[in-house]
Amino acid sequence: MEVEILARLQFALTIMFHYIYPPLSIGLGLVMVIVEALYLKTREARYLQMAKFWTKIFALTFAMGVATGIVMEFEFGTNWSTYSRYVGDVFGSALAAEGVFAFMLESGFLAILLFGWDRVGPKLHFFATLMVALGAHFSAIWIVVANAWMQTPAGFHIVGEGLTARAEITDFWGMVFNPSSMVRLGHTLVGAWLAGAFLVISIASYYLLKNKYVEFAKTSLKIGLGVALVSVFLQLWLGDQSARIAAAHQPAKIAAFEAQYKTQKGAPLTVLGYVDTKNQKLVGIEIPKLLSFLLFGDSDAEVKGLDQFPEKDWPNVQAVFQTYHLMIATWGLMFITIIMALWMWYRGTLFQRRWFLGWMVLSVLLPQIGNQAGWVSAEMGRYPWIVYNLLRISDGLSKAVTANQILGSIILFGLVYFFLFILFIYLLNEKIKHGPDDKEKEQASPYHQLDQIAEELK
Amino acid sequence: MSVYTSLEFFWFTAFVLLITGYAVLDGFDLGVGMLHLFSKKDVERRLMLNSIGPVWDGNEVWLVTAGGALFAGFPDVYATLCSAFYLPVMLLLSGLIFRAVAIEFRSKQPMAWWRWMWDVFFSFASFLIAFILGLIMGNLIAGIPLDHTKEFAGTAADIFSPYALLIGLFTTALFTMHGAIYLMMKTEGELHERLRGFVNPTIIAFIILYAITTIATLIYMPHMIDNIRDRPYFFLVALLNIFAIANIPRCIHLGYDGRAFISSALNIICLLALYAIGTYPEVVRASNAPDTLSLTIYNSASSIKTLKILFLMALIGIPLVVSYTIGIYWIFKGKVKLDSRSY
Repeated sequence: MEVEILARLQFALTIMFHYIYPPLSIGLGLVMVIVEALYLKTREARYLQMAKFWTKIFALTFAMGVATGIVMEFEFGTNWSTYSRYVGDVFGSALAAEGVFAFMLESGFLAILLFGWDRVGPKLHFFATLMVALGAHFSAIWIVVANAWMQTPAGFHIVGEGLTARAEITDFWGMVFNPSSMVRLGHTLVGAWLAGAFLVISIASYYLLKNKYVEFAKTSLKIGLGVALVSVFLQLWLGDQSARIAAAHQPAKIAAFEAQYKTQKGAPLTVLGYVDTKNQKLVGIEIPKLLSFLLFGDSDAEVKGLDQFPEKDWPNVQAVFQTYHLMIATWGLMFITIIMALWMWYRGTLFQRRWFLGWMVLSVLLPQIGNQAGWVSAEMGRYPWIVYNLLRISDGLSKAVTANQILGSIILFGLVYFFLFILFIYLLNEKIKHGPDDKEKEQASPYHQLDQIAEELK
Repeated sequence: MSVYTSLEFFWFTAFVLLITGYAVLDGFDLGVGMLHLFSKKDVERRLMLNSIGPVWDGNEVWLVTAGGALFAGFPDVYATLCSAFYLPVMLLLSGLIFRAVAIEFRSKQPMAWWRWMWDVFFSFASFLIAFILGLIMGNLIAGIPLDHTKEFAGTAADIFSPYALLIGLFTTALFTMHGAIYLMMKTEGELHERLRGFVNPTIIAFIILYAITTIATLIYMPHMIDNIRDRPYFFLVALLNIFAIANIPRCIHLGYDGRAFISSALNIICLLALYAIGTYPEVVRASNAPDTLSLTIYNSASSIKTLKILFLMALIGIPLVVSYTIGIYWIFKGKVKLDSRSY
């Protein structure tokens, strides 16, 4: 039991910390492609300057993503070796595809993106940017397909029994296009676009607030808001689809998301609430019949409650309910922010409303919170299954690993990640303060003139 | 169907190619890392660091892909290895994180203490990574105790056997030499001349450890030569290896840095080929009962269907990866220079 809790805790820690960065890389990748395309079309220097600036920020998030992502690659084997044996035939091929098609593409062309401004022409550079952005999106495809397979398995059969049982592929495309994979993929990618767009919005608003690099900030804000506007509408549709698919394939999960203890017809949707887990009751603001309507397109449809499932197999209802609703709340706030910003811009008052610019600086946290909360509810909602209805979490652990080993590595990663996060914020802050100007172009480094002093200090 | 046309054999070969690609590519940048502290001037350190600047990240991806390939093709091997080598894998991962971070951060601030701190991290992490990779390799050759459920049945102490430690040291010496030669190829002027002084000791250290490792393997790991004894043509690989090593000091002496690097790369390729030939068909040898409990490429592979899919993926993916890797190295060819975007 202790091993199970610790292994889950470690996975949660490492995946949540990792998941701060890839969405930013995917979202910024899209922004860089747009900016460089504008540069190629107009050949205006301001777009070049923007491309260079956002590339620098991208490089930082990408480096963090790689450093924390390598851990994930090996953690399946270290802490979940029984699971690895069970799913390797299916899951492994998605992971191998990710390595061959996505990571190689991304990291290879990144070299040109970062160091190749003077070595290749603008067209080849744009091609490299496109490949890096594509690679970032590809990496999401394979890992989300693998995860979706764990939620709604398809295209496989079970071979062997007991300790040697494992899932083997029978239909590769059936596995790739399992019931939830494409909607989850869309949902994840659009979440990542929002993360990137709001980072752009936040930094641009910061410059506007400080009255620095105003032209750069306005153009960036326009692009950021544009991407965010499209994404926020797409996300409404994808989120809805995602819930419908969960209702069809993982009813226990939806019941926990909405804290529906009892099966009922015409189930209400709770907007905000608190789960009284002792009395198995939900206290909050309800809209009658809406849940039935949203999930099944019929306001009197029956929604399965947790009473249909053995109580020992219930997810942690409070945690799942709250994180799921937190995700939806962040969507609402993002939606309002974008609409207000566009309205004020249209009215010409946006740049005088300092409080609103301040809010937009903070708004970078919204998609981050939304992404994390959404994943927590999706993954905790799968409890007690590591592969839905096939393999229990408690059966997927490594047999050769002890609680102390896991605890030791949690402490190790905890310290390393804490330190890493401080450095990330520090460096991001440095890059933002340094701004898009490339004045020191001729010098060897931003601190070129100080090298001499550094030498003497030794 | 002959052995050489089986899918398991193909995917094992693909996996060995991936780790060989990793060792040849990341090998030199780990070597550069280990040599980093031997240069005292900041500008020299920056030149050395920037010689691997555009490529180190991509090189590391070979390891990630090899991990994915192992998971996909031989899930049992992946699961057993990662859980058996729990501590070394965790140290390896923190080494990889710290190294990446150190490269990104060292030149961001001018203070001497700041740069020294990251330099120490960078160098030590490079050593740690090389050593642990060697340690794991040594254990794969020697074998680890396994039970009948394919799980590790030993203790942490089993992993730190003298032979495994020797292979760990051997790997660090190998990568240090490889890195020193790479630096020769990428630098010019005063630094190039100074590096000349680094190269010979690294070659000598490598050759000494090569001799010790060869003797130790022949005496204590006799199973490693069974396949070569059965198929004498594999002896050519060992011969080629010796010639490649002999060619390194010759090229360095004559000033052919590029050819020395190619010889060094060939040396690594031969060493990994000898490893693969020697251990085949076992991937994880059971030291307690090699004939019955070992994980071979046949009893630990994925289903034929999956191996077929992987075969297609490799057929499409590997030529793509190799071609743009070559393209990128071509774009960044020539001697390293510092500019505004350098580390």
